[in-house]
Amino acid sequence: MTDTEVVVVGGGSTGCGVARDLAMRGLDVTLVEKGNLTHGTTGRMHGLLHSGGRYAVSDQSSARECIAENRVLREIAGHCVEMTGGQFVQLEGDPDEYFEEKLAGCRECGIPAEVLTGQQARAEEPYLTDDVKRSIRVPDGAVDPFRLCVANAASAERHGARIETHAEVVDVLADGDDVFGVQVRHDSGPGKREHARTGERERITAEYVVNATGAWAGQIGELAGVDVAVRPSKGAMVVMNCRQVDTVVNRCRPKGDADIVVPHETTAILGTTDVEVEDPEDYSEERWEVDLMIDELSALVPILREARTVRSFWGVRPLYEPPGTGTRDPTDITRDYFLLDHAERDDLSGFASIVGGKFTTYRLMAEEIADHVCAELGVSASCRTADEPLPGSEDFTVLREYMDEFGLRSPVGRRSVQRLGSRADEVLSTDGPNPVLCDCEAVTRAEVRDAIDQSGTDLNAVRIRTRASMGNCQGGLCCHRMAAELHPEYGEPQARAALDELFEERWKGERHALWGEQLSQAALTYALHATTMNRDRDPADGASVEYAAFDAGGADGD
Amino acid sequence: MAIEDDVAVVGGGIAGMTAALAAAREGATVRVISHKDSTLRSASGLVDVLGYPPRSGGSSGDSDASESPAGDAGPLADPFEAIPDLPEDHPYTAVGLEGVRAALSLFDEAVDGYRGGHTDRNALVPTHGGTVKPTARYPASVAPGLASDPRETLLVGFETVTDFDAPLAADHLRAAGVPFEVRGVTVRFPGAFRADARVTRLADALDADERLEAGDDPSGVSTSLPARGALAAVVKPRLGDAERVGFPAVLGRHETPSIRADLEAELGAAVFEVPTGPPSLPGMRLEGALRGACRDAGVRFTTGDPVAGYETGADGEIAALRVERNGAAIPFHAESVVLATGGLVGKGVDSDRESVREPVFDCHVPHPADRYEWFDDDAFGDHAFARFGVATDGDLRPLDARGDPEHANLRAAGGVLGGYDFAAEKSGAGVSLATGRAAGRAAARQVSDS
Repeated sequence: MTDTEVVVVGGGSTGCGVARDLAMRGLDVTLVEKGNLTHGTTGRMHGLLHSGGRYAVSDQSSARECIAENRVLREIAGHCVEMTGGQFVQLEGDPDEYFEEKLAGCRECGIPAEVLTGQQARAEEPYLTDDVKRSIRVPDGAVDPFRLCVANAASAERHGARIETHAEVVDVLADGDDVFGVQVRHDSGPGKREHARTGERERITAEYVVNATGAWAGQIGELAGVDVAVRPSKGAMVVMNCRQVDTVVNRCRPKGDADIVVPHETTAILGTTDVEVEDPEDYSEERWEVDLMIDELSALVPILREARTVRSFWGVRPLYEPPGTGTRDPTDITRDYFLLDHAERDDLSGFASIVGGKFTTYRLMAEEIADHVCAELGVSASCRTADEPLPGSEDFTVLREYMDEFGLRSPVGRRSVQRLGSRADEVLSTDGPNPVLCDCEAVTRAEVRDAIDQSGTDLNAVRIRTRASMGNCQGGLCCHRMAAELHPEYGEPQARAALDELFEERWKGERHALWGEQLSQAALTYALHATTMNRDRDPADGASVEYAAFDAGGADGD
Repeated sequence: MAIEDDVAVVGGGIAGMTAALAAAREGATVRVISHKDSTLRSASGLVDVLGYPPRSGGSSGDSDASESPAGDAGPLADPFEAIPDLPEDHPYTAVGLEGVRAALSLFDEAVDGYRGGHTDRNALVPTHGGTVKPTARYPASVAPGLASDPRETLLVGFETVTDFDAPLAADHLRAAGVPFEVRGVTVRFPGAFRADARVTRLADALDADERLEAGDDPSGVSTSLPARGALAAVVKPRLGDAERVGFPAVLGRHETPSIRADLEAELGAAVFEVPTGPPSLPGMRLEGALRGACRDAGVRFTTGDPVAGYETGADGEIAALRVERNGAAIPFHAESVVLATGGLVGKGVDSDRESVREPVFDCHVPHPADRYEWFDDDAFGDHAFARFGVATDGDLRPLDARGDPEHANLRAAGGVLGGYDFAAEKSGAGVSLATGRAAGRAAARQVSDS
């Protein structure tokens, strides 16, 4: 007997998708992830739900998959998707031939595509430059990768899967030429993450192990003694303070850096660059990348030049090409995905890796892997992930007056319900008052507590579930409020450690936006946390204080 | 009719109002020109002088790693001992120890309701984050809460006042080793306030002692009580042996002394406030007190319009400020000018991707050329940006890139000055008072000399 039938390594979109798919087919699944869900590439992308238009010239099979999956996700993940629509914008001077190729490509792939005149394009997206010649309208959208990934994990759990975050694989267990499980190191636990709780190692035996770690697949492959030559490629993304555009704006020209703006929740995200890196966790985040985004994309949307950014972040694409292909420029490496069956490839049974691919088609990739695993294990259940809505996207209308029902002012109630979808009732029905904790993103106490119930003391896990601390103030006004919700369920030292961790994580991205308004904002955050709260010199963290040496109050009293 | 004053002060925070007050007391006619709300709304209302020695990193632009990481250096028990040893470019060095002491005397005499002047020692005040911080002067409403006072303490938080979690703060204070017993409870503020009611709304209710719904009594009859009594009634059953009770700083905008007296009478325990973040009532009360002192001294205020430019005379001195109002630039003539527009937070210092500047007079602001050297990688690291501001001569006149005064009759005070990290040192209000007083006096004396 093994502990579980299948171990899935990796808690990104692919891993969570595989776990959900297999669990829905009745398999016993354990997913292990070394950080939070979305910790790798999934949580570090621009949130574009591809129409397929981007690949309509260069890679039509990917384009066809994208439009098909785009339609599927609108159905099964409505609460994660905003169908903004998108445009491929041709500026004066951009090549006509490419525009025509793009249009023809979209039509060949079944992507609805409509040509807009420059005037029509600007009527739809008023901040586009005057230099617009024309554009192609396509059904691009925005998707919240955090919410989608978490919903997949929640669905897997509902179908009996075990999800372990903060559980790093330290060994792949093999008996000769057969993999039979993994050994993981839990940061704390097993179970929900809890700061200051001692972790332990655990051997998890399984009939099959799926390596769904994306850019980290080479590292897991190495533990199993197989070579998985992923070529991680970093991309920079710049988060703006508001939605300068309401549709996805793509520059219509052959591949290039800094050619897309995606409206995402309250922000717009500028992307991106494409630079190969050695290590998916240790690479430079550089000033030129931020400047390039702003300078290039302000040719498309001029107000971006003077607009405020709140942070930047980088992600690594899990690019892969079969051995011997030898593509030099990472921008030329295919975006297609590959299922590496190590039995066939390396004479190592019970183990497969999935590499390459893109977020929009995560479900399709997961289906193919699940099919493969089922075939290996002799299971004959079929895939249902395209038909069954994710938790939060079940039969649901937002027409009800949630605001009154839950005592929330209307913009707060609307935002909460958009995020929670069909879980709104369950989450927002609380006994006590439900004040807003994060003013920028209108996140209430009930949502934060719901996220803590799911993820323990990890406030970054709370952040990705709720968007709390992701707005203009980057947590300056709410980090400590979020941490306070951990207490008294968790102890004060745990709340303090969790706060410090979230605060540093917010700072990490905000460092790339430190000029103008955002530098002023950062200086305010620094002042509130260092001056008013004295968190930088907290005596609870440092040397003891000789209280008797200080003023204990005057004899005059009041 | 032309607007003419002896001294014009640009900026209405602690530094600006102190400069105005000091100049007025020298006999000058003084006008404060302020555009937006001052940052006092975000400040704790504590008057820090120097809580920790500055990091060894030193002057702006030095990106060397700090040698004294946060947390391991204890707070200074006596801030005045450390002032003479501060670096050359620290604003306190320009005014000297006596300048700091004189400014505190001015403050103590001009502003009612503050404590701490009986000793040179810093006080340790419990913060809403559950730590303690060193400060030199504190509002009377904060005084009974000092951490060196051994009385048993109850902290009371409100369900909807999210910046202060009393049970967590109590546990944190215990971890900080405070010499007293401390418990925290969370209660519902009496009355039917919305969950997102601002603290200013609760303060107004206490100020006016509004009648609030007190809920149903055991017989099912709905009753109402005055706010102060209702609040005391909620807290009293939880008091235990506590000799003092701390609330987040919501105890009125104007009537804080009588609110505290009423609560103390009902509870039989001392009542104090724990300063919180914005909107900060102690900060707003301090702003009101300083403004009152200025008005009493004859200072005039022009608020709501920005200074958009200035005119110079033949000698290069500033002759007039151009205040933008309804699209027109109105000249405000002055013999001498004090720049007290604040730092990065107050937007007296501004920046873009390439550079850092002082926007009103375009004074030189020293800074590293590469913006990636403006910050440290740790959130509480040694940030160059925290020391951004103008450099001055010993007379607080901003210096240009060559080291010469920008204008012979322009002085700077408070956050717009560079060379100190007020957040790390806990020196913000002290520097504003000391440099505000010195700049205001010097400005007025320059007028009387001419």
